Amino acid sequence: MTALAEARGVTRRFGSFTAVSGVDLAVSPGEVVGLLGGNGAGKTTLIRMLLGLLRPSDGDIRLFGGPPGRAARKRVGYVPQSLGLYEGLTVAENWSFTTAAFGRAGVPVPDRIAPWARDLVGGLPLGAQRQVAFAVVLSHQPELLVLDEPTSGTGPLASARLWEDIRAAADGGAGILVTTHNMEEARQCDRLVVMAGGRVAASGTAEAIAGPAADLEEAFVEIVTRSGSRPAGA
Amino acid sequence: MTWGLENVSVTIGKTRALDDVTVAVRPGRVTVVVGGDGAGKTTSLRVLAGLLAPDSGTARRPAKETIGYVPATAGLYGDLTVAENLDFTARAYGLSGAGHARREDRILDRTGLAGARRRLGGQLSGGMKRKLATGMALLHAPELLIIDEPTTGVDPVSRVELWKLITGAAAEGAAVAVSTTYMNEAARADQVVLLEAGRELAGGSPDDILRRVPGAVGTAPGPQRPEGPSWRRGVNWRVWAKDGRLPPGAARVEPDFEDAVVVAALAASGEGTAS
Repeated sequence: MTALAEARGVTRRFGSFTAVSGVDLAVSPGEVVGLLGGNGAGKTTLIRMLLGLLRPSDGDIRLFGGPPGRAARKRVGYVPQSLGLYEGLTVAENWSFTTAAFGRAGVPVPDRIAPWARDLVGGLPLGAQRQVAFAVVLSHQPELLVLDEPTSGTGPLASARLWEDIRAAADGGAGILVTTHNMEEARQCDRLVVMAGGRVAASGTAEAIAGPAADLEEAFVEIVTRSGSRPAGA
Repeated sequence: MTWGLENVSVTIGKTRALDDVTVAVRPGRVTVVVGGDGAGKTTSLRVLAGLLAPDSGTARRPAKETIGYVPATAGLYGDLTVAENLDFTARAYGLSGAGHARREDRILDRTGLAGARRRLGGQLSGGMKRKLATGMALLHAPELLIIDEPTTGVDPVSRVELWKLITGAAAEGAAVAVSTTYMNEAARADQVVLLEAGRELAGGSPDDILRRVPGAVGTAPGPQRPEGPSWRRGVNWRVWAKDGRLPPGAARVEPDFEDAVVVAALAASGEGTAS
């Protein structure tokens, strides 16, 4: 299957600093890929390149099989950790603004967030705000979703509902890239890519990465620490 | 002596911030208060620290000068260096001498901040700030250490270092109360209090919480949603049957801590009672 987003041997340098070094990554339709890494591991730089916001110094980026330009970006949905909603507007107003911006004015507010339609976004609990942000980004039916810590800081039920929505999008054929520090989120992904020092330090299912100890966080810390002390071999 | 909250309720404005919450914090042990945004974590820790009076219920704590409290934001001076932050704290508590100097060195060592003594607090990374603030609260070897969300947004490597500091303080005898939004941190605590919207959904040791999961938890393949209260786990569904009778197509699994937490939340919300 053709990947929705793909990085092949991608490197990005800022002056003498190499933020991303020889990274391969692909997100296919219907799969949820988790991108893990400490602060400064290169996750944000890699995502900015995948979205065409930053040019790689080396290597090749493909978005929907072509270069990542404006046309391709319309097919992507991105939910930053800050959610990107207008807090001073109601849920319904946020909805109509975004749908209109994507040329889909008049689409009704979905059931999931309808109970909050008249509430100001800023006054809602974080879990509800995240569900609104997710519904809004899904309104233009993106084929690729990029989510930054989608459930962090929410309670157990709100988290469960959010992952239901994320999975439903994947079941509908969207490819999903989740960046996270959160091991509960990592375990929800089909496949993980662990970055350290700008390189891919490990990849595979959560079970495979956690290994026999079955503790993903411990395994993750070990991978990151090991690759930090031997950058060339990682 | 056990510190903590007993049946504490607090109303802030019109919001019932805490509703009959009990948190036990024992010397040498770590109690984790876990929950999402608006659960009541900060309020319960503030009541424990004596910064907020409860409307009803009791809060037990040692003398003020033997408490270490780290709020969720700051807890350090941005325009002082790492070393100055520690010195200031030491003077405020009247600490001096060789014993104190050794303790300060050990804390700097454990936090990985030894190489950053001369950096300004305000210029440290998020993880380093949390480590410094926690280190400062540990300096006077408090009997009760209270830390509000030390690891939120902190990368996993710093998170592990922070937890070493926290469990190290408990090993030295401190009673420790920590809040977090990460379930995997709660699963490793001695005692857990799970809060949502000011109410206690579950409490006890992680094992107690697992043992008390009512009914049965099963797994069913996706994408078709199984009957009954259910939530996603990767490509599969988890399903909970309060009466133990799982729907067709679901295979029983041993619940893990995350399952236990979701079931507690489902039970509290009234889901699963209709079946």
